[in-house]
Amino acid sequence: MDRLLNVMTGFSVLLIGLVLVSVRRAHIRVEYSVSWLAAALVLLVLSRWRALLDRIGGAMGLDGAPVALLVVTGALFLLVLYRLSMMISSLKDSNIALAQRLAILEFRLESHEEAKTQRS
Amino acid sequence: MSKLLILIPAYNEQGAIGGVVNEVRAAMPGVPVLVVDDCSTDDTLPTARAAGARVLPLPHHLGLGGAVQAGYRLAYELGFDYVIRVDGDGQHDPRDIPKIFEALEREGCEMVIGSRFVDGSGEHTGILRAAGIVFFRAVLRPILGRTVRDPTSGFVGVNRRALSVFSASFPLEYPEIEALVVLQRKRFRFVEVPCHMRPRRTGRTTITPLKSLYYMVHVLLGVFVNVLKFEGRRK
Repeated sequence: MDRLLNVMTGFSVLLIGLVLVSVRRAHIRVEYSVSWLAAALVLLVLSRWRALLDRIGGAMGLDGAPVALLVVTGALFLLVLYRLSMMISSLKDSNIALAQRLAILEFRLESHEEAKTQRS
Repeated sequence: MSKLLILIPAYNEQGAIGGVVNEVRAAMPGVPVLVVDDCSTDDTLPTARAAGARVLPLPHHLGLGGAVQAGYRLAYELGFDYVIRVDGDGQHDPRDIPKIFEALEREGCEMVIGSRFVDGSGEHTGILRAAGIVFFRAVLRPILGRTVRDPTSGFVGVNRRALSVFSASFPLEYPEIEALVVLQRKRFRFVEVPCHMRPRRTGRTTITPLKSLYYMVHVLLGVFVNVLKFEGRRK
């Protein structure tokens, strides 16, 4: 049981390190790293704080701290994925609006130049 | 006189687009034709231009809904009163355009749908598409409060009120059915007029049973999301 908690500690530290390196190299923007860092920090704290994990497990009717940790991990990552889906949707909307605006402006500029050429 | 624009969304339609533009110009002389090129990788753009259409080239592939909405946005900004959309693959007969335009002006409704089922029996409709049409007729009946015979038809005309709504909010994938629900949310009206459909001029249909299933699930979800939708996200 303790081995699983230790593995989760290692995993949390690895995740925090990966996210920080990615932010430093500008592979992930700071605003998008917050969800991952928060989730990894919660996992790190829970995997080291056995008493708290036992209380959470007890409240959820789960048998044992490792099971509680796995359930909390799953829930946390589902929340992070949900947040990312919202961000992707928002970015896609902006991207489409931008592409349409660009195309329309190019079209109007071309029309304007054609009309100018015809006048001169 | 009312300003009408013919809108043709096209993606890799170099084999058909020239003929479609020529037919549209013959059917509606003097009416501007706009081809929205959805970043085709073939010669759709120069072929459409050579045939006499104005072309709105998108900087990257947006899909059918994004391409149609780009055309609606441009038409709205340029002050057009009506837009009639014709597919770029030649399946819609441009000789039916005057019927749609006349219905738009006569009825004063926001949308006119060219339907293959009003007078005809659904010519050139594959089994999968026919099954989808029957299914979505049943789904849309309680939402729209009436039967729409050809809910998947892309041969549609819209007036300026619909243009203003679609410029702000338009479904991106498989837009035809969801667009009807968007109209219903605004309490807009539509009518169907009989039109002829033809087989594709070039290429082959990409509809497979798996894609049909994805289409049904996607559109069904889109319909219910639109029914419940909170207005105002997409600007």
